[in-house]
Amino acid sequence: MTSLPEPMPGAKKLGLVIDLDTCVGCHACAVACKEWNTGGHMAPLTDLAAYGADPDGVWFNRIHSFEAGEQGHGCTSRTVHFPKSCLHCEKPDCVTVCPTGASYKRAEDGIVLVNESLCIGCKLCSWACPYGAREFDEDVGVMKKCTLCIDRIYNPHLEAEERVPACVMVCPTSSRHFGDLGDPDSAVSTLVRDRRGYDLMPEMGYQPVNKYLPPRPRPVVPEDQRVARNAGQPSRAEKGFAELLRWVDKALTR
Amino acid sequence: MHPAFSIIFFTTASGAGYGLLFALGLLVPLGLLPQGSGFGFVALAVGLGLVTAGLLSSMLHLGHPERAWRALSQWRSSWLSREGVMSLLTYAPAAVFGIAWVFFGEPGGVAGLFGWLMAALALVTVYCTAMIYASLKTIRQWHNPYVPPNYLLLSLASGLLLANTLAALFGGARGWLLVLGALALAAAWVAKEAYWRAFGTAGPTATPESATGLGRLGRVRLLEAPHSEENYLLKEMGFRAGREHAERLRMIARGAGFAAPLALTLLAWLTGGVVAAVLLVVAVLAAAAGLIAERWLFFAEAKHTVINYYGGARAA
Repeated sequence: MTSLPEPMPGAKKLGLVIDLDTCVGCHACAVACKEWNTGGHMAPLTDLAAYGADPDGVWFNRIHSFEAGEQGHGCTSRTVHFPKSCLHCEKPDCVTVCPTGASYKRAEDGIVLVNESLCIGCKLCSWACPYGAREFDEDVGVMKKCTLCIDRIYNPHLEAEERVPACVMVCPTSSRHFGDLGDPDSAVSTLVRDRRGYDLMPEMGYQPVNKYLPPRPRPVVPEDQRVARNAGQPSRAEKGFAELLRWVDKALTR
Repeated sequence: MHPAFSIIFFTTASGAGYGLLFALGLLVPLGLLPQGSGFGFVALAVGLGLVTAGLLSSMLHLGHPERAWRALSQWRSSWLSREGVMSLLTYAPAAVFGIAWVFFGEPGGVAGLFGWLMAALALVTVYCTAMIYASLKTIRQWHNPYVPPNYLLLSLASGLLLANTLAALFGGARGWLLVLGALALAAAWVAKEAYWRAFGTAGPTATPESATGLGRLGRVRLLEAPHSEENYLLKEMGFRAGREHAERLRMIARGAGFAAPLALTLLAWLTGGVVAAVLLVVAVLAAAAGLIAERWLFFAEAKHTVINYYGGARAA
């Protein structure tokens, strides 16, 4: 059913918290996601002409890199690596526009999924997603998307500490956190509170569950510790020393 | 948005078909259009043919056309599903009305009620089609109150043009209907110009700053894309119409889609007879080309919020 489940107070809202301060843009999360999910719930993550001139393929996780701040003013702008995957929105239009009931939001944990055997491949859900979280699989003819690694997080065959999404598991800088954002006391909710985590495109009204932690402000260097503006210009003493060397050189080569 | 020909053909052909079915269903039971079985057969065949060809074309666009029937299930939430349900429902009264008219020569009376039902369902279907686009918050060019009237007026104008042409071919042209057809074309033209003025070249909803939440640091620009080649998102939603190309197509839409059919309809009203029929056939051909250009622009100039992540927002 593509109508959304009734929101219950205190309901589980599983999602990710992504730390833009520590992400180094290594793409390991994208690769680990591809590796797990091409054999997982939404398998395969088809690649077309992977070694050809114009390779194309389905990925659930893409890492953009942005420059933010005033450009062309030396060190005032900064580079931010920006991983983006499905945000498992609380008001996901990708679900309500689905004509077949293939797209659905789970009442028990808020994960947005696609039932591949019902999908007719009309692509309307991908048009309805503001974030570009859904990618169409030309080969299979159905829409694919992040499952929040539903086949890992509830998998009794995995060690308890491995029951997290593949992207979270692999991140070398622990920039991705997984947990219940519906529980105000969970580790992820605390992190969002402490670091002022925010929603992407809040004006769209989709109420994403995933949150992003902003880059921390740069430490401000006190005035007396800053390198002087005229650093590199020789001082008076240095100029005198250079004068002396020139005189010595002249005297010796005479 | 990528202008897929299957959808351009579907929305224009079914729009004209439903417009024609609306005109027939409304006017024939009132005796305001030719009543003969021959006219009935040809006119309903054209209307239902356009609608059916359009629906089949839209199914070609699907990844799994054999599962298309599943699209009838989610009418509670999905405008696409509602469109599917309404398009199929329209066939039922159309069949009753058509059989009564073509085989029994009885388009009035009780059969006329089915004609009116068919007319109402035809309009509702076109409205559903428009709402599929108008309900997508991600695309400024679609999510606005101009879109449903645009679709309805274009459907009405192209449908009336077909009705006038067929009536003239059967020697039953009506002066007042020709004037009404010209007025519908003028109204559709005005609505389209208003739409173009408001949204034609507007950027996407949201900004790179709000899409990344990095606006607090200042201006945001893409430094490095996530992938070296185009992916599904860029192929489907990153389509950008060239400005000169778009301007040329807008002139084609204006000239062939609105001005020429309008002038030819009025000329047909003045001349009458065989000349009118020929003029109207030319008008239909011009309108078809013009409407395809108009619909191509409707897709090609639509900008999706996802391009905020790909540095496409400012360049457009």
